[in-house]
Amino acid sequence: MAENLQNMLLEEQEFSINMGPQHPSTHGVLRMVLKLKGETVLEVKPQLGYIHRGIEKMSEKLTYPQIIHLTDRLDYLSAHILNEAVCLTVENALEVEVPERVKYIRTIMDELNRIASHQLWWCAFGMDLGALTTFFYGLRDREKILDIFEESCGARLLLSYNVPGGLMNDIHPNFQKRVKDFLKYFKKKLPEYDALLTGNPIMQQRTKGIGLLTKEQAVAYGVTGPSGRGSGFSCDVRKHQPYSAYSKVNFNEILYTEGDTFARYKVRIDEMWESMSIIEQLIDNIPEGDFAIKMKPIIKLPVGEYYQRVEAARGEFGVFVISDGNKTPYRMKFRSPNFSNLAAINTMAKNQKIADLIAIGGSMDFVIPDMDR
Amino acid sequence: MENEKLKEIVIAYMPVAEVIADKQFLNITVNDDQIHNLAKFLKNSPETCFDYLFCESAIDYNDHFMMVYHLDSTKYRHQIVIKTKITNRETPIVDSVCDIWIGAEYHEREIFDLFGIHFNNHPDLRKIFLDNDWVGFPLRKDYTDFVNIVER
Repeated sequence: MAENLQNMLLEEQEFSINMGPQHPSTHGVLRMVLKLKGETVLEVKPQLGYIHRGIEKMSEKLTYPQIIHLTDRLDYLSAHILNEAVCLTVENALEVEVPERVKYIRTIMDELNRIASHQLWWCAFGMDLGALTTFFYGLRDREKILDIFEESCGARLLLSYNVPGGLMNDIHPNFQKRVKDFLKYFKKKLPEYDALLTGNPIMQQRTKGIGLLTKEQAVAYGVTGPSGRGSGFSCDVRKHQPYSAYSKVNFNEILYTEGDTFARYKVRIDEMWESMSIIEQLIDNIPEGDFAIKMKPIIKLPVGEYYQRVEAARGEFGVFVISDGNKTPYRMKFRSPNFSNLAAINTMAKNQKIADLIAIGGSMDFVIPDMDR
Repeated sequence: MENEKLKEIVIAYMPVAEVIADKQFLNITVNDDQIHNLAKFLKNSPETCFDYLFCESAIDYNDHFMMVYHLDSTKYRHQIVIKTKITNRETPIVDSVCDIWIGAEYHEREIFDLFGIHFNNHPDLRKIFLDNDWVGFPLRKDYTDFVNIVER
């Protein structure tokens, strides 16, 4: 038996193995069936559904304010952005205008959420490549953002801070000061990330030219977010269809054209700088006013179809609501960025080594509950 | 491109199409045997250039299914929604758009799994979330499950 296995590995004939469902580098329960020749990946077949909870079906029985709490459980690392997507859908359908103060706070929270998400991605990506130290550096800084969240929202991860018509409660009096302190702190710490990992020759050799995805492929697969922008696909919803206060700030859409793992890495690092610049433009100008408008206790959307696109930390998130006029949606569809991004992994990992597949998966930043829904 | 202009282009190509403009998108509804032609035209025509399928979903309206495709153009930044009605509830079947937008592959596998709609010419039509021995299609309105769904 052992001899057979050894022969099989040495002769480089084709064979299949399972990677996952419990594998540290898939960041969740995702199983990938790999068709291998020696150490070269010939085909990747992802098997989903290990944490399929039927959130779309559940939503058909829940009211809109209740659904917000389910969206937290999709992409838990960009919980605030997903909450906002449902709120915006409801607000646009009812044609209510939320106060300026709400728009500003939502945008600031979005960007804090994006930074926190990218920090955790950086931790995990370093760890995927064998650089364990990154994990401690990243989490150290992410903790500061979670403290800010905790103070205002009462929660650290699954925020549920948005309600239709505004926010659950006003920001904490310390909010502005703590955000400014964080920006000052993180501006000193972010160059550390580059010094620690970006310039590392081992890291560069393992990422440059690995997992190529052309712009045409990215568009055809619908690979969005930092992964798509690493291939030069201009897909930033904040830029093309601004919502909340994004039309009031100046920021650049980060685009790299290489389309390899290193380009996707660079996009995320640069996006953290952009996010900090967005927060800086807004934090001193939060207008006075109400933190929410009064909505009816039972929210019923008019009959029709409503679609809202937002830019989550991993790409374009969409909420598609079909309403029949009741307090629960007739059908709810979540377009999750990770699901579309995963579709491209076979193209990217073909003819690469198994270790490169880990690096590619890390650079795509998969969150499995968002795929499975 | 403005919705009015888009409407003219679509009507010129397919006069039988039913066009409704809501606040957000231009909705085009065609028969299920024409959806593939329309999709191909919208992707390949240099005036429309809808190269990015950002959402594909199905809706169960009890007596029929509705397939909904949300399209975006990375060149012109305009959007359109195309729809098709599937009236056969016993064996619902529609042409796959995988050959036009490869990203549709996963979306169609999901719809096949949760709605039981089959796709012609799909390269790899398998269940994606549920077990292979799962009975029924959960997102259909007449789905009953006494174990996992609690009726109140």
